[in-house]
Amino acid sequence: MRRIISLLLENEPGALSRVVGLFSQRGYNIDTLNVAATEDPTLSRLTLTTLGDDQKIEQITKHLNKLLDVVKLVDLTEGPHIERELMLVKVRATGAQRAEIKRCTDIFRGQIIDVGPTVYTIQITGTSDKLDAFLQSVGEAAILEVVRSGVSGIARGEKVLSL
Amino acid sequence: MIAQALEDEGVEFIFGYPGGAVLHIYDALFKRSKIPHILVRHEQAATHAADGYARATGKPGVVLVTSGPGATNAVTGIATAYMDSIPMVVLSGQVASHLIGEDAFQETDMVGISRPIVKHSFLVKRAVDIPEVIRKAFYIASTGRPGPVVIDLPKDITNPYEKFEYNYPRKVKLRSYTPATRGHSGQIRKAVNLLLAAQRPVIYSGGGVVLGDASDLLTRLARELNFPVTSTLMGLGAFPGTDPQFLGMLGMHGFVEANFAMHHADVVLAVGARFDDRVINTASKFCPGAKIIHIDIDPASISKTIPADVPIVGPVDSVLTDMLELLQEAQAEGQQTDKAALAGWWEQINEWREKWGLWTKPRYDINSPLIKPQEVIEALWRVTDGNAFVTSDVGQHQMFAAQYYRFNMPRRWINSGGLGTMGFGFPAAMGAKLAFPEADVACVTGEGSIQMNIQELSTCTQYNIPVKIINLHNGYLGMVKQWQDMQYEGRYSQSTYEHSLPDFVRLVEAYGHVGIRVDKKSDLEGAMKEAFALKDRLVFLDIHVDPHEHVYPMQVAPNGAMRDMWISKSERI
Ligand SMILES: Cc1ncc(C[n+]2csc(CCOP(=O)(O)OP(=O)(O)O)c2C)c(N)n1
Repeated sequence: MRRIISLLLENEPGALSRVVGLFSQRGYNIDTLNVAATEDPTLSRLTLTTLGDDQKIEQITKHLNKLLDVVKLVDLTEGPHIERELMLVKVRATGAQRAEIKRCTDIFRGQIIDVGPTVYTIQITGTSDKLDAFLQSVGEAAILEVVRSGVSGIARGEKVLSL
Repeated sequence: MIAQALEDEGVEFIFGYPGGAVLHIYDALFKRSKIPHILVRHEQAATHAADGYARATGKPGVVLVTSGPGATNAVTGIATAYMDSIPMVVLSGQVASHLIGEDAFQETDMVGISRPIVKHSFLVKRAVDIPEVIRKAFYIASTGRPGPVVIDLPKDITNPYEKFEYNYPRKVKLRSYTPATRGHSGQIRKAVNLLLAAQRPVIYSGGGVVLGDASDLLTRLARELNFPVTSTLMGLGAFPGTDPQFLGMLGMHGFVEANFAMHHADVVLAVGARFDDRVINTASKFCPGAKIIHIDIDPASISKTIPADVPIVGPVDSVLTDMLELLQEAQAEGQQTDKAALAGWWEQINEWREKWGLWTKPRYDINSPLIKPQEVIEALWRVTDGNAFVTSDVGQHQMFAAQYYRFNMPRRWINSGGLGTMGFGFPAAMGAKLAFPEADVACVTGEGSIQMNIQELSTCTQYNIPVKIINLHNGYLGMVKQWQDMQYEGRYSQSTYEHSLPDFVRLVEAYGHVGIRVDKKSDLEGAMKEAFALKDRLVFLDIHVDPHEHVYPMQVAPNGAMRDMWISKSERI
């Protein structure tokens, strides 16, 4: 099953490499990874998605918790949560395609954020599934470049991940 | 600051080797430190010696090495300590801060290289932080599940001309590090109920019992319940080896009665053990009928390879204390173990023991004219009254020592179980001997292993470290040869020395030590006594043993269960 694991990480040199190193060292996969500072300058928030059965995920979270840089950890997929990913896509847009792509972008609630004579650059946010669906709709042939931020997420309701 | 902090930490020995990046530190040690420094001949040996010291005493070992090659030479020893959860603090020099990342002379990314083999590491950025980092390093290394910690020190921050206020913090707080201090009482209660209802129980004791100083508690619990006890390679000595309740080691080269008991058990109480692949053989066939209670300080060790029915995360000493208390309460309320079932279980175990046990009857050819390696360990055991610190390297000699030296005390058996590092034994013996100068310390080794750190003979001369080296000389990389005999039709690919071995007696004499060659059975006991009678000398016993002996029992692999074993070259049970 796909899991979204979110961590508060010490904002220290080497902290990120310990997290990433753990995954390669123990043969776990990271599908997406996203990290940035939080409102507290001593902490970063890191969110990653990974695939694995319950036993594997349990091992992953236990090992992550053992790292001294990991201050707090939550598996967002264990409860109701919101996940978002940001994607920038550059697509070939000429002739009749221009209108078609514009329509498709609207349907997915995306925005065209840069326009060239033969290309559009589109920004779109949502769950990873939605971004995948958009790429499929546009079609491989038209896509010139895809940049995805990786998943970030937050629990629904009152629940917060903080110190 | 570093020298002062190490003193404040109560460090007894520093094992190290100087070089450019640590010259400021060495100068400070020269000028002011009261801590003896042992100059080894190779940084790997510094880490193993610190490790041996740590295993013998329970206190963190301290290593000081220079940047680049000094640091990389230390890597094997750090990994060895990591795999066996040994507390150690390694101070490594680093090039000056402004040179980091520029491929400077003797630069290596030590924090990066050591990352997968340390509990934690620090790159110190400011000199004022030194005392706190050192305090944190010792705290992290020695609490929770212990392990090595690396402190990388750029040369400029050790500059003696810059002075800072020195404050040694007595306490440190780490917001992300809070090792468990108690086990969950509900889980412990569940475990006690399971133990009381058990028909065919086994206590499977591991290195965590030694590291967690819980031998007495484990022994009390086992005696209270009258349960059989087996131990991993790392746990030997935690429960007395000569106690009739002890079944011997389990696992790949474990005793038949121990592996059988595990296979047929209905309740397994695992204490400070981690269900290592050398113990469980094939995971899917492991203990088919058993409910498993697993006590460990490290949550990640629980249900890693074998799912636990009753997981208990906590320090083994505290959990066992709680367990004993609950047991007494239960007994006071009239709950008892099933005495009849236990009697039947013991009868069964004793039958196995009679038939196959290594201690009930010699299972090797005692009439052979050649010295058998097993006999050497038995002689060592007799001559040292079973009380020596015995270190070993890796190979057949290690397994013979584990099987035949019946350790009655924890911390006496010192070997590299997790990483299996040849070259570990001799420097580790040095560390143990420095910690306990009055005790007998023997390193059981083979010609292959001893040559991986033989240069330390020189260190022993310099500091007069009179360990005894027991070389089980079989003329081969014996364990490799055994596998080649069993699985590769005797093709000895690169496991022979082709008459290239040195005359060890003359070699050690060149370093100023005593060497004794033994090739007659009748000389064995006498030579052993002579070696230990020479209290103040390093003695190298070069004992020529049967080159073709194999270690048995040996579990059948792959796809074998605990109970599937070879017990001799031709018999499989
Ligand atoms: C550093 C290292 N290299 C290789 C091995 C693989 N290995 C395990 S046992 C062994 C043979 C050891 O030979 P020796 O020290 O002579 O002991 P014996 O088995 O003959 O008692 C080897 C090569 C190892 N454990 N460690």
